[in-house]
Amino acid sequence: MKRIALLGMPNTGKSTLFNRLSGSSARVGNWPGITVDLMSAKILMGGHIAELIDLPGLYDLQGYSDDEQVVRHFLSNNNLDLVIIVANSAQIDRQLSLAIQIRALGLPSMLILNMSDEAKRAGISIDEKAMSLKLGMPVVKISAKYGDHCPEALKTAAGVLSKNKLPIDAEHINGQLQQDLNVEAEMESIVDETVQMPIQLGNDLTSRIDKFLLHPWLGLPIFFAAMYVLFQFIFNAGKPLQDGIAWLLTLFRTNALEPLLINTPTWLSGLLLDGVYNGLGTVAAFIPIIVLFFLIMTMVEDSGYLSRAAFLVDALMAKMGLDGRGFVMVLMGFGCNVPALMGTRVMRSKNMRLLTMLVIPLSLCSARLQVFLFMTATLFTTSQAPLVLFALYLVSFSTIFITAILFKNQYKNNEPFILELPPYRFPTLRQIWLRGWQEVKYFLNRASKFITIGVILVWALTHLPMGLAPASKATFAGQIGDWFSTVLNPIGIDSQLAIALIFGFVAKEIVIGALAVIYGLQGDALMHLMAQKLDWVQGMSFMLFTLIYTPCLSTIITLKNEAKSWLFAWISILWSLALAWVVSFIFYQSARLLGF
Amino acid sequence: MNPFLSQTLNNLKPGEAAVISSIDADKSFFLRLAALGFRIGKQIELVRCASFNGPLHVRIGSTDIILRRSEAKRIQVRSL
Repeated sequence: MKRIALLGMPNTGKSTLFNRLSGSSARVGNWPGITVDLMSAKILMGGHIAELIDLPGLYDLQGYSDDEQVVRHFLSNNNLDLVIIVANSAQIDRQLSLAIQIRALGLPSMLILNMSDEAKRAGISIDEKAMSLKLGMPVVKISAKYGDHCPEALKTAAGVLSKNKLPIDAEHINGQLQQDLNVEAEMESIVDETVQMPIQLGNDLTSRIDKFLLHPWLGLPIFFAAMYVLFQFIFNAGKPLQDGIAWLLTLFRTNALEPLLINTPTWLSGLLLDGVYNGLGTVAAFIPIIVLFFLIMTMVEDSGYLSRAAFLVDALMAKMGLDGRGFVMVLMGFGCNVPALMGTRVMRSKNMRLLTMLVIPLSLCSARLQVFLFMTATLFTTSQAPLVLFALYLVSFSTIFITAILFKNQYKNNEPFILELPPYRFPTLRQIWLRGWQEVKYFLNRASKFITIGVILVWALTHLPMGLAPASKATFAGQIGDWFSTVLNPIGIDSQLAIALIFGFVAKEIVIGALAVIYGLQGDALMHLMAQKLDWVQGMSFMLFTLIYTPCLSTIITLKNEAKSWLFAWISILWSLALAWVVSFIFYQSARLLGF
Repeated sequence: MNPFLSQTLNNLKPGEAAVISSIDADKSFFLRLAALGFRIGKQIELVRCASFNGPLHVRIGSTDIILRRSEAKRIQVRSL
């Protein structure tokens, strides 16, 4: 099988081209020695089946950024039959350098001048035949977004593939990668002879919009308003969809699964229904949120607004060691941590991404909000409850700040903050939909197994040994609650609440349900009993612990998948557990000392 | 702006244009700047600055770029 790599600078539409060529057949693959995910797809090219690999965007083959090292490593360790260099036609005067560098490696290559529609509108004309002669590789103009001339590009690529390739060894490429070339001079001479650019360049419409959206006074308010609207849209539209999925799952359970399992022993039907089936249900509940999140995120990203958001809030974020794009993801984390973690992939510096991923689980997501709404309604008056909720949001923000500041030297960003602001563009519906679909597929492939196992494990802890009342003191969960009583008593959490925390490890949505099982009561009766058994100091301490200790199993699994490291997931778990305990301890003990 | 003095990029005023006269950067940062179009002799315009001492928005040719002040300090410019 032939192997083809797509390579280009960021913002050249490389991934759009990859999606156009691969349709929805793309998958995430592992490559020797490379720690980031690379998308690849098998495509038919002329008479060949070829594997197309989308390499991360890079500026210079000799650069030192994480992505640039990945690309270098990939080029010297994988035998490639063709390298397709994708360039933005409107910026060919500076992007041609990559083509010259690749040619120097001796790899079979071709240059694709993408966004030819935009270049034409800007009055740029490129003589691609002359450029092809000068460069010594085929050059094709296309528009990946609208699919113009993509078939021609494929035909040209097939032509290169059918030529006999001279064997090139990795040593040679490695040697060439170290060479300093006089790229600059050659690029200038080629551009002079083959490209005509109007003297006055600049996208008028983009400048006019920027005047408004990046306004010194209006920019930030507009940003926060836009984030608020998008946030409300994702989670308000997501809620009925999640409820719908939950309704369907329950319907299937009561009408098909339960009658089917009626004659099986209780432990088996419990394991299958409350363990396996609920585990799958937990996974399914994330699907609508992830799709909606990435539909919106693709629009924000591809329109060019995300880089502008970075511009607006960078001053605030730089002190925390984060950047503006990370801030957008943290904000989104207040809806749901899982897609927010996945969204950090836009940040290309590995360390900054890790730091952002470490703080996202501390944002008070909508699932935790449900627990707090119930608890505040139980323990506080209607006039106190909103203040308590507000205080919890403040605590959430404070833990984010503290964590970022404490860990920013551990995850020190080593890349300069320098970003291109692309002109405003409207992504096509196809681009938006493909992205949503790919992300859900990725989540299901990577996360569903571990989440289901985790739910089964919690089921086992709360239901075994056999023959006991679920979540009672004699179950494993109850015993664990007892073991931890020495640690949990100083923060006012008794063994019954400790069992609820074990449930809460799976998902915060089930904490209230777990309390109902633990106390054997529901609704108003449960609220009444809890109000009798707990005073507000204990309740507040429980809420603080719930806020910080760990978001949910799905978040942890996503964290592990995105960081590609169990160690990192464990650091996150242990840090949030320790922080939760310290915060609850300080609160509980000082409240008691003050006589509450 | 005094035509005989060179100054750093972060000292330009919004709307002011100048020519890049020197870049003080290690190799990796230099390569990144070059790839984004920062080259000696190129005209550069400061479009705007973000509030609270935030990043700068500059334009070189057809490319708009944002960079932090600490990075802009390493780029010397002279008047047109």
